[in-house]
Amino acid sequence: MTAQHLPILQVIVPLLAAPLCLLSSNRQIAWLISLIAGWTAFVIAALLLSQALDGEIVSYELGGWLADWGIEYRVDIVNAFVLLIVSGIGSVVLLYARRSVWQEIYHDRIPLFYAIFMLCLGGLLGVAITGDAFNLFVFMEISSLASYALIAFSQERRALTSAYQYLIMGTIGATFILIGIGLLYMMTGTLNMQDIARRLPLISGNHTVVTAFAFLTVGISIKLALVPLHLWLPNAYAYAPSVVTAFIAATSTKIAFYVLLRFMYTLFGASFAFQNMPLSIIFLALALAAMFAGSVAAIFQDNVKRLLAYSSVAQIGYMILGISFASATGLTAAILHLFNHALMKGALFLALGCVYYRFGSVNMEQMRGLGRSMPWTMAAFVIGGLSLIGVPLTVGFISKWYLVVAALELGWWPIAAAILLASLLAVVYIWRIVEAAYFQAPADSSNAVPREAPLSMLLPTWALIIANLYFGIDSSLTTTAAAQAAQCLLAMCMLPP
Amino acid sequence: MSQLVGHYNYWIVIFLMMAGFYIVIAHGNLVKKIVGLNIFQASVFLLFISMGNVEGGTAPIIMEGVTRYSNPLPHVLILTAIVVGVATTALALALVVRINEAYRTVEEDEIHEQDTSF
Repeated sequence: MTAQHLPILQVIVPLLAAPLCLLSSNRQIAWLISLIAGWTAFVIAALLLSQALDGEIVSYELGGWLADWGIEYRVDIVNAFVLLIVSGIGSVVLLYARRSVWQEIYHDRIPLFYAIFMLCLGGLLGVAITGDAFNLFVFMEISSLASYALIAFSQERRALTSAYQYLIMGTIGATFILIGIGLLYMMTGTLNMQDIARRLPLISGNHTVVTAFAFLTVGISIKLALVPLHLWLPNAYAYAPSVVTAFIAATSTKIAFYVLLRFMYTLFGASFAFQNMPLSIIFLALALAAMFAGSVAAIFQDNVKRLLAYSSVAQIGYMILGISFASATGLTAAILHLFNHALMKGALFLALGCVYYRFGSVNMEQMRGLGRSMPWTMAAFVIGGLSLIGVPLTVGFISKWYLVVAALELGWWPIAAAILLASLLAVVYIWRIVEAAYFQAPADSSNAVPREAPLSMLLPTWALIIANLYFGIDSSLTTTAAAQAAQCLLAMCMLPP
Repeated sequence: MSQLVGHYNYWIVIFLMMAGFYIVIAHGNLVKKIVGLNIFQASVFLLFISMGNVEGGTAPIIMEGVTRYSNPLPHVLILTAIVVGVATTALALALVVRINEAYRTVEEDEIHEQDTSF
């Protein structure tokens, strides 16, 4: 009975937890409610993934209305995989949140914080699970509005201007997506993704469809922070509270990437996107620009959070590069990197949150000598950094490997060289932090005494680090799921045979 | 010519969209940017609503002797989109209030001066 309702529970549990957090008006209870809701969502996602791995496609009709009239939730391997990583990161971050939030957010606002956090989680999960184009827009706005508010919870005043900037750009992106969905509706007369996918090939040369494609690509690229539409990202990540940075960095751009995959492959179909439209070459150019511009900008940052934010811009480039190959291996690499990047950036930002918890700042200056005063935190940071670079035995290696293989498969060896070169740039910026932490004397002597972060923050950080190592060594689950997801997207497995 | 006149709803949409977009980009006042954003969103609302119109159709209410109705679905969608737009505006204005408290100004260049890199 419950098993049949899993798809709706995935979204409803966090959404219902939000008002409960607000009503509890007690910070401990609010934290507990959101923790339980987050972990419930994670368990549901794991159940859905295990169903999807067996090749089962779960379709859920909201309120019993048939898919053509009502909203349909549809879980295949692609979104089951995305649901797992989003809810997984959400539940780990919530474990970590109690101490960190207590330190960084005005105490009377804490129940409110958890309420909005739950809305954000529910929105992101909703985007991933829905099979209805307009429903996707609504959930996307729920999660985006919640994340603007989450960023503004920070006590730093620059967080306010960053949130404002993000709101303006995010709303323009969302409106573009809305225009695209409207134009698609105009041409196909339906909002159900499957029906759209079925009807679009009949009118593929139509100018309105091409216009819809353009609006959707640009709108999603804004949400995705693809160069040159990434301007909101560095400030938003740098000034948000630590917990929020870790959560948003690991999930929200991944969800936008999922939306891109869904629209390009399932709705328009790979042949339209890559043969009728010059998507491949545009994405290739933008991906290379993102990889290099992001990495070079990261090298010159003094705020370590901002440094990692620019590194995220570069990593989004890798994912887009995977799509631009327009091959099954490239798509597998992109989906793998979606999962792996969430793990590494989540871990790195959580480690930085530990530093912020102790010292109230994450500038380069502050990192000096931290290898001695916070050995566990910095060890986690180093492993996360190695993963970001793509050293073997970490998840970063797996996705880079697939990317290089995909490039070589097409004979694009200059691109393979570019991937390696961009990884070297990652070595440079990670090394700057490692050098400061381990080889420089602390700025003032009080930093030399051990001041490790509390266990309740270290354990979640290390949980993600261990996930980085585990999936780097035994990558069978992630690579199988990613390869199946790529097959599913290419074969348009949402369509009935 | 009939193309131009016959599609007048799209010309209005495009004009409003560009006007709103221009205000968002060109104005330094944070409140005016929000106004621009609202105009930009309103143009999309019009796009959806005019799309639902069926020539010779009436409002979609069942009546004796009427067989042609306008498509009500875009209208319903836009009701939702308007709610989203209102929420966005409310949040943006709340942010502007707090920016004003923190910086004592809502002009982008003056905020920029206070933070060296906005």
